[in-house]
Amino acid sequence: MAGTVAAARSDALNQKIKNRHRSSWYQGWKRFKRNRLAVVGLVWVVLFFLAGIIGPWVAPYDYRVGDFLAINQGPSWQHIFGTDNVGHDMFSQILYSVRSALIIALGATLVSFVIGVILGLWAGLRGGLADVIIMRGVDFMMTLPGFLFALILVVLLGRGYWSLILAIGIPGWAGYARLIRSLVLGMRNGEMVEAATALGASQAHIARRYMLPNVVGSMAVSLAFGIPGDLAQIAGLSIFGMGLQPPIPSFGNMLAAAGDNILGFPWLLYFPAGIFAITLLAFLFVADGLQEAFSPKGGN
Amino acid sequence: MSQPLLSIDNLHVRFARSEDEVYAVNGISFDVYENEALGIVGESGSGKSVTLMSSIGLLRENGKISSGTAHFQGKDLLKLKPRQLEDIRGRDIGVIFQDPMTSLNPIMRIGDQIMEAMLTHRYASRKEAFERTLQLMHEIGIPDPKSRFKNYPHEFSGGMRQRIMIAIALACEPQLLIADEPTTALDVTVQMQILALLQDLRRKRGMSVVMVTHDFGVATNFCDKIIVMYGGQIMEMARTDQFIRRTAHPYSIGLKRSIIEVGHRGKEILPIPGASKALTEEPVGCPFAARCSFATERCFQETPALRIYGEDHHIACHHAEEVARHAV
Amino acid sequence: MPSNSLLQVENVSKTFRVRGKKLHAVENVSFALEAGKTLGLVGESGSGKSTLGRLVLRLLDSDKGRVVFDGTDITKFKKKDLRALRRDMQIIFQDPSASLNPRMTVGEAIEDAMAIHQIGTKASRQQRVSELLEKVGLPEEVKYAYPHELSGGQLQRVGIARALSLNPKLLICDEPVSALDVSIQVQVIQLLRDLQKEFNLTYIFISHNLAVVEYLSDEIAVLYLGEVVEQAPADELFRKPSHPYTQVLLNSILKIPNSPEQRQKMLSIQGEIPSPLNPPSGCAFHPRCSFATDACKTVKPERRQVSEGHYAACHLVE
Repeated sequence: MAGTVAAARSDALNQKIKNRHRSSWYQGWKRFKRNRLAVVGLVWVVLFFLAGIIGPWVAPYDYRVGDFLAINQGPSWQHIFGTDNVGHDMFSQILYSVRSALIIALGATLVSFVIGVILGLWAGLRGGLADVIIMRGVDFMMTLPGFLFALILVVLLGRGYWSLILAIGIPGWAGYARLIRSLVLGMRNGEMVEAATALGASQAHIARRYMLPNVVGSMAVSLAFGIPGDLAQIAGLSIFGMGLQPPIPSFGNMLAAAGDNILGFPWLLYFPAGIFAITLLAFLFVADGLQEAFSPKGGN
Repeated sequence: MSQPLLSIDNLHVRFARSEDEVYAVNGISFDVYENEALGIVGESGSGKSVTLMSSIGLLRENGKISSGTAHFQGKDLLKLKPRQLEDIRGRDIGVIFQDPMTSLNPIMRIGDQIMEAMLTHRYASRKEAFERTLQLMHEIGIPDPKSRFKNYPHEFSGGMRQRIMIAIALACEPQLLIADEPTTALDVTVQMQILALLQDLRRKRGMSVVMVTHDFGVATNFCDKIIVMYGGQIMEMARTDQFIRRTAHPYSIGLKRSIIEVGHRGKEILPIPGASKALTEEPVGCPFAARCSFATERCFQETPALRIYGEDHHIACHHAEEVARHAV
Repeated sequence: MPSNSLLQVENVSKTFRVRGKKLHAVENVSFALEAGKTLGLVGESGSGKSTLGRLVLRLLDSDKGRVVFDGTDITKFKKKDLRALRRDMQIIFQDPSASLNPRMTVGEAIEDAMAIHQIGTKASRQQRVSELLEKVGLPEEVKYAYPHELSGGQLQRVGIARALSLNPKLLICDEPVSALDVSIQVQVIQLLRDLQKEFNLTYIFISHNLAVVEYLSDEIAVLYLGEVVEQAPADELFRKPSHPYTQVLLNSILKIPNSPEQRQKMLSIQGEIPSPLNPPSGCAFHPRCSFATDACKTVKPERRQVSEGHYAACHLVE
């Protein structure tokens, strides 16, 4: 039947195939771009990363050196964000802080993520006793206040970069594990995997070619949501005096210090707190945009 | 003829999508009279369900009625406020859907759900409503109503749930029942039971039924009047007997021919070539033209109006007479 | 049973555990299927027809009985042998959009089937993808499309092409057209029929739609609550339905009348399909059967011969 073939060759489809790069990432990016807030957030996040990478080189002053002739000054051309009670240039302090904040937040998120993915995959693919034990662990972690747990770990491990990464990262795995497990379980019992099994695919092949590509989107989104959470935790720990050891600059330390001088020198609070808050929001907007762009519902 | 119960005139409905618009319903007009069973038949995307749902205010969020009227008991339903529509829906117009599980409240006893229909519309007092609920449950074929009253939806089978939906829809004795694919999710034997029930209730109460279905067999056997839709427009509208005797529109003819029925074994069946498309542009010409073997230049340029073709028989086709000559 | 059959299913049973209760999904089912023929499995929900298909493919393991495919008992096959066996038995599903990987293009999906079995080189596989797409009536460009860009009918053709890429002997079609619009159903059914002729395929065609099953099948088995209640050559079954359930099923079909006189009355049918968790005693159909006797309530009927090749499990069949 010539008719069936001709009709199946719909012009609309041809057009679609032509108009698009051969990847669903492109589609996702197109949807992401449509979300204004997410794009604004992304710009900020990129700037933040840039500051983290090149900040120490472009910072006008050394973070260790205080100018005793210019303490507690308001914003000026020399010190656009002002100076603190020992004459540190706040702008430089913030630039240095971005780096430490990013290192710890990314490191901690990665630690949580890796542990979570491994345990989640194990629970979801293996099932049985492994699943029961891991999921009990997840329940246990979920009922614990993560912040308190991190606080205890810092006390035990010390206040260096590594210990902070571990202290914030280790308690955070449960959420990722649960997500991965539910994604894997949903697929394992689904028709796609049954169909691949019927084709004769091995477990490893199914995991690699069928399951993995369908979870990366959700995993990226959960990562994007994880980073701002960890950023907030770092700041929280610092405010409790459990963050990075001063004089290493960090947002938390700045906020804690500014709190003592809030009435006299408000810029000490406004600038770091403002930038920090905007950063958290920006990350959340990006995460939100990613979710919209890559959730299966956004597909059509 | 008497006044129609429901009269839909020149209805247009559009859906906004992320990148484009879908012209789902494009100028639909029809009447439903008292004591009549009307079947609206079409494939997915024909706009059959949207037509009805939009006229009773059950349109999805991204849908918009761009023009038209839907008169029921002298009121234009499309001009009513949501509150006023809610008042009419469930009291004067009953509605049942394909999947009763999604429209029943899973954590409410089914008896209470039937009662509630009467109480919210102040149709009966609490005591009367209770009595009527038991009577309704008996009427729709739920054995032992008193004890089943206390059961929850998940404790019933699919067929029984559809019966419960019917009881809720009929609780206030509406004059019109709108049924959107009421038996599509059911097994054939259960489908037959539900249709028999609906037929029986309709006769007893003198109620009109408008049934949306993709199943020609259901429509032609159950309904008095048939509307065949394609691409958001009415292709053919006729009394069922007329429709059976001389199906006239190339689409209706093609569709009827392409359905595999019992007894077709060994016969060659001619499918309608091609597939229907989503209407993302303002339709020009006959929506079926691209798949129609009778189509001429005119069909692509001029939308055929729904015109009288015979007694109780309307058709929207420029070439109906020629088609009829070929069909003989 | 004929020894030249491609597939023999002998006394296969499968029980699931659902909330501590036993669910007899498939009970003691036997049939044989010759190469190049089609067996239709019809039944309503809970009849076990889909489970039976998966038992044959060994996507599920049966509790009892055996499946002999091409002269080999595959019931005890280990994972590795099973994977190799998949080349010979394939399945197409009701919802092709759910059975395809949304992140693989149509071309990748079909090629992957061959890659799994290390058939040919990458280039030859891609060549074959194009050939297969043409065979199932799709344009070559479709191979660059993702599943969500195709219609249901097109996707089902992709599902068929993927199954055929392995040159299977047996194809199990599990409600392959139930999710499609009527005008598309015929196209897919006729495609399946033409492919069967061309490649001498053997089908097990599972559907709740009797008309479609009749159209394609040589032999039909009617299932009710996990058991075959009647089995016969297709035309025989429709001409002379012998089990009361088959009769009810046939009477429930609403045909488009050819003349106003043929319009059907709505029938009253008693009872509901019982829950498979709690099947009736004796003959499972007895609570809905208008001919049921006391024996039907207590004694499970044996399979009886109605005529040559026509069997029914009913006490009333002489």
